[in-house]
Amino acid sequence: MAENTEAQGAAAADHGEGGGLVFHPLDQFIVEPLFGDGPIRWYTITNVTFWMAITVLCIVALLVWGTRGRAQVPSRSQSVAELAYGFVYKMVEDVSGKDGVKYFPYIFTLFLFIVFANFLGLIPTAFTTTSHIAVTAVLALAVFLTVTVLGFVLNGSKFLGLFWVSSAPLALRPILAIIELISYFVRPVSHSVRLAGNLMAGHAVIKVFAGFAAVATIAPISVLAITAIYGLEVLVAFIQAYVFTILTCVYLKDALHPSH
Amino acid sequence: MAQHIAQAEGAAQSGALGEDLTEAGTTVASACVDSGGSAVGMPQLCGEWFPNQIFWLVVTLLVIYFVLSRVALPRIGAILAERQGTITNDIAAAEELKLKAQEAEEAYQKSLADARTEANRISEETRAEIQSELDAELAEADKRIAARTAESEKEIAAIRESALDSVRQVATDTAKEIVALMGKQDDAAVEAAVAERVKGNDR
Repeated sequence: MAENTEAQGAAAADHGEGGGLVFHPLDQFIVEPLFGDGPIRWYTITNVTFWMAITVLCIVALLVWGTRGRAQVPSRSQSVAELAYGFVYKMVEDVSGKDGVKYFPYIFTLFLFIVFANFLGLIPTAFTTTSHIAVTAVLALAVFLTVTVLGFVLNGSKFLGLFWVSSAPLALRPILAIIELISYFVRPVSHSVRLAGNLMAGHAVIKVFAGFAAVATIAPISVLAITAIYGLEVLVAFIQAYVFTILTCVYLKDALHPSH
Repeated sequence: MAQHIAQAEGAAQSGALGEDLTEAGTTVASACVDSGGSAVGMPQLCGEWFPNQIFWLVVTLLVIYFVLSRVALPRIGAILAERQGTITNDIAAAEELKLKAQEAEEAYQKSLADARTEANRISEETRAEIQSELDAELAEADKRIAARTAESEKEIAAIRESALDSVRQVATDTAKEIVALMGKQDDAAVEAAVAERVKGNDR
């Protein structure tokens, strides 16, 4: 709350001295109802709903409508769908091993959601659902809980061997166990903050440069900067989806084969 | 419950900062958005939006998961498996055809070699046959020639014999005439002398 008040103060100061140069780089992340002005309840249809629905539509368009021909020689959309399938399938197989393949639909779901949400967020004026920690935290917690439960169900108490580094000297093992334990529980935090943070930072920086574009003398530089950062963000949009997915595979591997 | 409390808190804060609670008749119903419609703090940390985001995220993920696992993944998996099958089959068929082609070539070469030896054999046989026929003909011809030659020789001999006789006759007659002209008549002596002479000539 203290943080909130502080930010509010800053915002107020911003309004006060604003003049021609007004920055609201974080306004793009506001969740608002799509219809009307009412309070936002859990079931309210908001811009979050809207952009997530578009994400779903894009995924369906690519993977269902795109492959409707079921052709031996694929059309363009079908080969993109096959490429995505092969990309993630190979990732799961390589990183998690053969027995990780049965979790492939789950991981593919995560990958597709993140990659499409990221790219849709790059459309100007779009709302980026994956820039919200609430969204990425749910994704990361789902992975964390699934992996932990799976680890115990498949391996029983042997799953705890993940924290007991048997290759280290005996004296070091308890210390390593504590470190391993901490790093294990930090996983969902880093997993979620990495994604949301990257996207939020990129979008906010673009918005800040867009604010500078209002001043005629530095407008060209600011437009150039926006272009450059946008290019970077295109990379980030894919790389973050990739990183999230491959880390999911790594965690899954830990659950399937807990020995070091 | 928590949501309401947060709202109330937000409202109180807005009030404390002296901002208008209403603008153009609408109530500002959020602690995270100020009266100007700008974000207060980081929108990412606005707790009252969490349930909404989480709910719709879960719905989205479930929809994607069901679409993928029911429709998209089986379909793409089937397409890829089918393609793999086709490729494997085609490669196997190509391998088979290649083998067949090799076999056919071997058979061709073999039959070619067979035909060549057969041809050689036939020509050899024919040549031998012709040779033997030729030999037979030659032998026949030689025999005939020999016969003809013998015959001719005999004739020649006969002709010579008769010619010799004629010569002897003529000589004897001539000698007799000459002896008669000289007035003597001793036919036996003339004949003996001519025979003697002709014999000597003969030699």
